[in-house]
Amino acid sequence: MSTDKTMSAGPLLRRTAIRDYGVYLALLALIVVNVVITPNFLTGDNLRTQLVQVVPTLVVALGMALVIGTEGIDLSVGSVMAIAAALLPLYLGYGVVASILVCLLAGALAGLLSGSLVTFAGVQPIVATLALLVGGRGLALVIANGQLKQLYNPDLLALGSSSVIGIPLTVLVALALVIVVALLVERTTFGRQLVAVGGNRRAAEFAGLPVKRTLLTVYVLSGVFAAIAGVLASARLTASDPSSLGLLIELSAITAVVVGGTPLTGGRVRVIGTVAGALLMQLIAATLIKHDVPASITQMLEAALIAAAVLLQRERRSGK
Amino acid sequence: MLQAVGVNKHFAGVQALREVDFELRPGQVHTLVGENGAGKSTLIKVLTGVYQPDGGRLLLDGEPVSFGRPLDAQAAGISTVYQEVNLVPSMSVAQNLFLGHEPRNRLRLIDFPGMRAQARELLSELGISVDPRRQLRTLGLGVQQMIAVARSVRARAKVVIMDEPSSSLEPREVETLFEVIRRLHERDVAVLYVSHRLEELYQICDTVTVLRDGQVVHSGPLAEIGRLELVATMLGRTLSSESDRTAFAGEHDSAERTVLRGKGLRRRTVLAGVDLTVHPGEVVGLGGLLGSGRTETMKALVGLQPLDEGEIEVAGRRIRAGSTPAAIRAGLVLVPEDRKAEGIIPNLSVRENIVLAALPRLSVAGVVSKRKQLEIVDTFMRRLRIKAASPEQRVSELSGGNQQKVMLARWLAMSPKVLLLDEPTRGIDVGAKAEVQALVDELAAQGLGIVMVSSDLEELVEGADRVVVLREGASVAELTGDQVTVDGVMAVIADEH
Repeated sequence: MSTDKTMSAGPLLRRTAIRDYGVYLALLALIVVNVVITPNFLTGDNLRTQLVQVVPTLVVALGMALVIGTEGIDLSVGSVMAIAAALLPLYLGYGVVASILVCLLAGALAGLLSGSLVTFAGVQPIVATLALLVGGRGLALVIANGQLKQLYNPDLLALGSSSVIGIPLTVLVALALVIVVALLVERTTFGRQLVAVGGNRRAAEFAGLPVKRTLLTVYVLSGVFAAIAGVLASARLTASDPSSLGLLIELSAITAVVVGGTPLTGGRVRVIGTVAGALLMQLIAATLIKHDVPASITQMLEAALIAAAVLLQRERRSGK
Repeated sequence: MLQAVGVNKHFAGVQALREVDFELRPGQVHTLVGENGAGKSTLIKVLTGVYQPDGGRLLLDGEPVSFGRPLDAQAAGISTVYQEVNLVPSMSVAQNLFLGHEPRNRLRLIDFPGMRAQARELLSELGISVDPRRQLRTLGLGVQQMIAVARSVRARAKVVIMDEPSSSLEPREVETLFEVIRRLHERDVAVLYVSHRLEELYQICDTVTVLRDGQVVHSGPLAEIGRLELVATMLGRTLSSESDRTAFAGEHDSAERTVLRGKGLRRRTVLAGVDLTVHPGEVVGLGGLLGSGRTETMKALVGLQPLDEGEIEVAGRRIRAGSTPAAIRAGLVLVPEDRKAEGIIPNLSVRENIVLAALPRLSVAGVVSKRKQLEIVDTFMRRLRIKAASPEQRVSELSGGNQQKVMLARWLAMSPKVLLLDEPTRGIDVGAKAEVQALVDELAAQGLGIVMVSSDLEELVEGADRVVVLREGASVAELTGDQVTVDGVMAVIADEH
């Protein structure tokens, strides 16, 4: 009823403002603090390092944001990164491009698998992707024979280390992906259908939307993004490390998405917010490390941030 | 018994209640009426401790009381029965009745036989015939609601507040509910009964209070105010002396060719052979009791439920059953019954909700044109008189009537041939109801074929040119012309019952 709405208009407005822009404010505040207290913070080198380090999390988070937008979740991203990393050295003989394409294809297949479980078998996203989280890491180790392989292909290494006008290539790739995803969400039929499916799946079905196709696509995209992250991270590490690459990255990606203002209940995807969320988490960790705060404190701080973000996103319980 | 004196409540500058005086007496069946936004639910929430009044007092048995939270009101004997039942589905009827107050035996364990006996006694006193051992989830929604009422009686409630209890009940269940209310009345319990259905109010209530813009504009015995006068008081205007109570104009001119034909629709236990034809420019009503297969027929037609057998033709061309996109492409669309769960996408804007189905048409290579969206949205917001602050307002903030118009706009934007309307005016206020009804007429006049389901028989017979009556999943009769009357439809429904 209209009275219920007007009642909450004041506090709700402030609340949504914090929810929608809080992450930018926090990021800005943290940057300002760092400029003051951290020596050499504003140097090109430092900024480059921060950006390069955030790339894998950010790329994974972009795919994650889409999945979360449909009220789903993808825990398998770290293992998909490992599968990509394991495949990468095997096909370098056919050229870097072919090899990367194989990795992306594997990512797509992984997404197709978990997506099919979710879409057609009705398995809950958290269970379907948990299965792939466990099994995928195993598969990656089988592919790589359990070994870390050094990468020597110069083209591949260039992807990880070269820069264009001072900006690292991996950062540019991530930037391009951000733009693509932002346009995808805001301007395309697929993006709009995605939010509708996440907002009210039954209503989306009633409206004749291709609900299953949308869900499947979202998981495939998340798989591909994870594979891209796996390739970029391996290129930077100059090694294919299927046993530890992407471990726990699903958690930082989910954190970035949630802190960035995308609710876990779906129906909304905030791409730029996700970028800010990823940067914020990266910068917090970097700041604390630089000032010799133990990693355990960092973890607790991250936890507080997640809790705060989720609390802010909670829909106001209507008195009804 | 329960009294509100000069209650004020305002939210962020809007005065939701202004100097409201309200009194519930023992044994009274009191109804609170008013359009959406008149302050009904705010007043109920003040009475039940959900909100605290900004000014004024609450008196219980003459003593001033203040309810800091809903639990305080419950402890004081004020119990609320909501449309959605707040009971535990997995527990038995008896366990639900005694939840938190289970009788104990000498060993301090729950005395199950005693509990069942007491439950049986209580239920029979209230005239509810149900086995207390049955699991709640196996019972119909109507019975569950009765159990909720019985629970408040068990808790010795002095005041029972029912907010739209009948909206999901079928006529027979409503009868039982009324019987229970009569027993409450005999026990001197005060009942506050809120319903959109005027007819019911006159059957069961003795006193009425009318709210408008947060103020009490009338209070007194219901028998002293006529139906038309009551509606006029609610709306704050004098109605023209129309004899029809709905806004439907009457007959529509319909063409000879059919725009929708459903033949022998069958699906397991749900549909047992439904035949239906619709001509352009015609409103066909689907009559029948709850559970007779009306909603299922509608869903099957648009492919939301698979069919075991049967054919669906739209404008002479057979469409694939069980595929919603195919039905929509053919021009057959459904405005569903449950607007909240099946219709709107609450977190999206009015604009996004309207263009949802039409997105592919507004896109080139998957990219949606903002300009085309706004054109469509603008057209339909104006044509359907959708009241929203802007197209970007969240649809969940609109009133029920406006949400329904958004649903209509979503489908009209697809230029459909046949519009299926399942309970198009359920849960929307009187003003919006009339607007939606007038709109249905207008759309039929423009040549659309319309199928309408309504539990409100008056609405059904006044809106429809023909009524197809369903019984136990099969179409059993088709009434045309003079046969389309409330009595006529009831006679068919009642047959064999």
